[in-house]
Amino acid sequence: MSANGHASVVKARGLVKRFGRVTALDHADFDLAAGEILAVIGDNGAGKSTLIKALSGALKVDGGTIEIEGEERHFASPIEARDAGIETVYQNLALSPALSIADNMFLGREIHREGFLGKWLKMLDKRRMRAFAREKLTELGLMTVQSIDQTVETLSGGQRQGVAVARAAAFATKFVIMDEPTAALGVKESRRVLELIKEVKARGLPIILISHNMPHVFEVADRIHIHRLGRRACVIRPDAFSMSDAVAIMTGAMAPPAPEAQAL
Amino acid sequence: MAEAEPAGAKTRAAYEERLDAAAGDVARFDEGRRTPAQRFHHFLHAYPTAAPALVLIVSCAAFGLVAPNFFSPFNLSLIIQQVTVIGLLGAAQTLVILTAGIDLSVAAVMVFSYMIMGRLAVEAGVPAPIAIAIGLAVGTACGLFNGSLVTKARILPVLLTVLAWFGLIWAGVPMIWAVPMGVLLGLALGLGRGGAGLALRLPPFIVTLGAWSIFFALNLWYSEAQTIRSQDIDAAAPLLKIFGERVSLMGAQFTYGSFLMVFVFVALWYALNWTAWGRAVYAVGDDKDAAELSGIRTDRVLVSVYGTAGFLCALAGWAAIGRVGSASPQSFYEGNLDAITAVVIGGTSLFGGRGAIFGTLVGALIVGVFRSGLKLAGVDVLWQTFAVGLLIIVAVAMDQWIRRVSS
Repeated sequence: MSANGHASVVKARGLVKRFGRVTALDHADFDLAAGEILAVIGDNGAGKSTLIKALSGALKVDGGTIEIEGEERHFASPIEARDAGIETVYQNLALSPALSIADNMFLGREIHREGFLGKWLKMLDKRRMRAFAREKLTELGLMTVQSIDQTVETLSGGQRQGVAVARAAAFATKFVIMDEPTAALGVKESRRVLELIKEVKARGLPIILISHNMPHVFEVADRIHIHRLGRRACVIRPDAFSMSDAVAIMTGAMAPPAPEAQAL
Repeated sequence: MAEAEPAGAKTRAAYEERLDAAAGDVARFDEGRRTPAQRFHHFLHAYPTAAPALVLIVSCAAFGLVAPNFFSPFNLSLIIQQVTVIGLLGAAQTLVILTAGIDLSVAAVMVFSYMIMGRLAVEAGVPAPIAIAIGLAVGTACGLFNGSLVTKARILPVLLTVLAWFGLIWAGVPMIWAVPMGVLLGLALGLGRGGAGLALRLPPFIVTLGAWSIFFALNLWYSEAQTIRSQDIDAAAPLLKIFGERVSLMGAQFTYGSFLMVFVFVALWYALNWTAWGRAVYAVGDDKDAAELSGIRTDRVLVSVYGTAGFLCALAGWAAIGRVGSASPQSFYEGNLDAITAVVIGGTSLFGGRGAIFGTLVGALIVGVFRSGLKLAGVDVLWQTFAVGLLIIVAVAMDQWIRRVSS
């Protein structure tokens, strides 16, 4: 249980990861509650991407436990994590530029036709995939109807991010990890993507948001996990602290607040 | 922390205010107005076969005007016959190029495969269907060898093949048997997931350049540099020449090989456009890392592509025996370049992820039409080669221009 009374989605305790002599995760804890946007911030090298990779199955930790919805899980690959309902929006998007929006949404998990064509000829059910993709994009307010077959390379950065977010939201059942979703975008496009993130949250999916952009973090996050020196320094509420406080804690200029002032 | 709260709220408010002034409608998928040139550009981008198809139609029309008997059914069907083998090799090559690779060994695999079919059937007295099946398996094995070097190299199957060659020949098994048996053993071990993979991930260009020499040398060793004569094939295994059989349709003469080629193209078109495997082939060629992150097992896709290409090369070899009549270890020396030419003229990008399988058929036909048309118009052979070279450069320039649509 977290402070906001919601059920725990992710509960990680004492995560350790060493790369040679460098300890990237030093007994780090991590909590994600149902229905929240949890921002993860930290200085470069604080170990936040290692933490996220541990959660998304991209690397194996040397110690510690990860419970997802109360069940202990160890993912050997991102594909396993994905099969468990965890979707990641990567910073480099992981879209195939020359394929269409619909093809991209279903990359690696295509729907086949029923009956002989699907079973023996492995024929794709393009109509269903298109309809599903259109529906998901419309739900997030991203679509004008005629262009689902447009290739991704003809889209702007914000539009691509929209497709990636829609894909994650469509297939995630546990939570979505977003790695710097606004880093490569202009102000206007960032704005739209932040709205998208809120939209995904409104649909009940918890989100882990990694970002360097303090205004963005403070705008959308329910709680902020501050990572420092390989472990969780504190978890704060954006309405109880200022951005400069967060940066000060992140860099070590200010001591983390006492546990009772935190949002653990 | 009491004074911190208004500070944070104030910063956010200021941020919001500035943002509200900006337009918020960016992430929408509607299209702006375009000039006709831009629309043409987008059309070519969306339909990669359109440009080569246009070239084919225009060149047919032009040669029809210059050379009066160009449009005779006989001449048109002859062009199709002439492009059969290169079309099949080009189909194999297209698969590999779509994954942003290249296979310089296609012709060597083809010749090695048909020499195995020919020698087993004609000289070892193996029933033709079995000899052909072994030849197809050897071609597939050659493709998988390339594919494994490009991804995770499997050492054991190759080792087993080489050891089997030495062992069998030392034990007195004639080479005509020992070579295919060794390859089949290695293939069986490889398909049975034998041995750990060494993630070499060598560049396809270099791997297949080396493989080209290796397969060519193996082929000379196995065939003892001897051509299998046409009359010997007719006597021992006429099935080998089935794809050279002709059927007449309204003055046109089609070979079974032409039908085989069309069938292969249709099957590949289906696999590339209507199956998850096909989407994966494009995705791997487009951006391999992105495909991997999307949950595609890219190594498996690559190995399957090179293996399929090897199989298609062997199939092209079977068709080549029918087309040429005899089986010579020294022919099709330019087959690699002709196949790549067909792919490139057909609008498939050498950078991967973009192109269409029928483009290669059109590309092969364009080369055939140019050669036939210039010949009928009485132009020297050297200008045919010149024209093909020009076509390649124009095709690549077009591709570069078309790709720029994304920016």
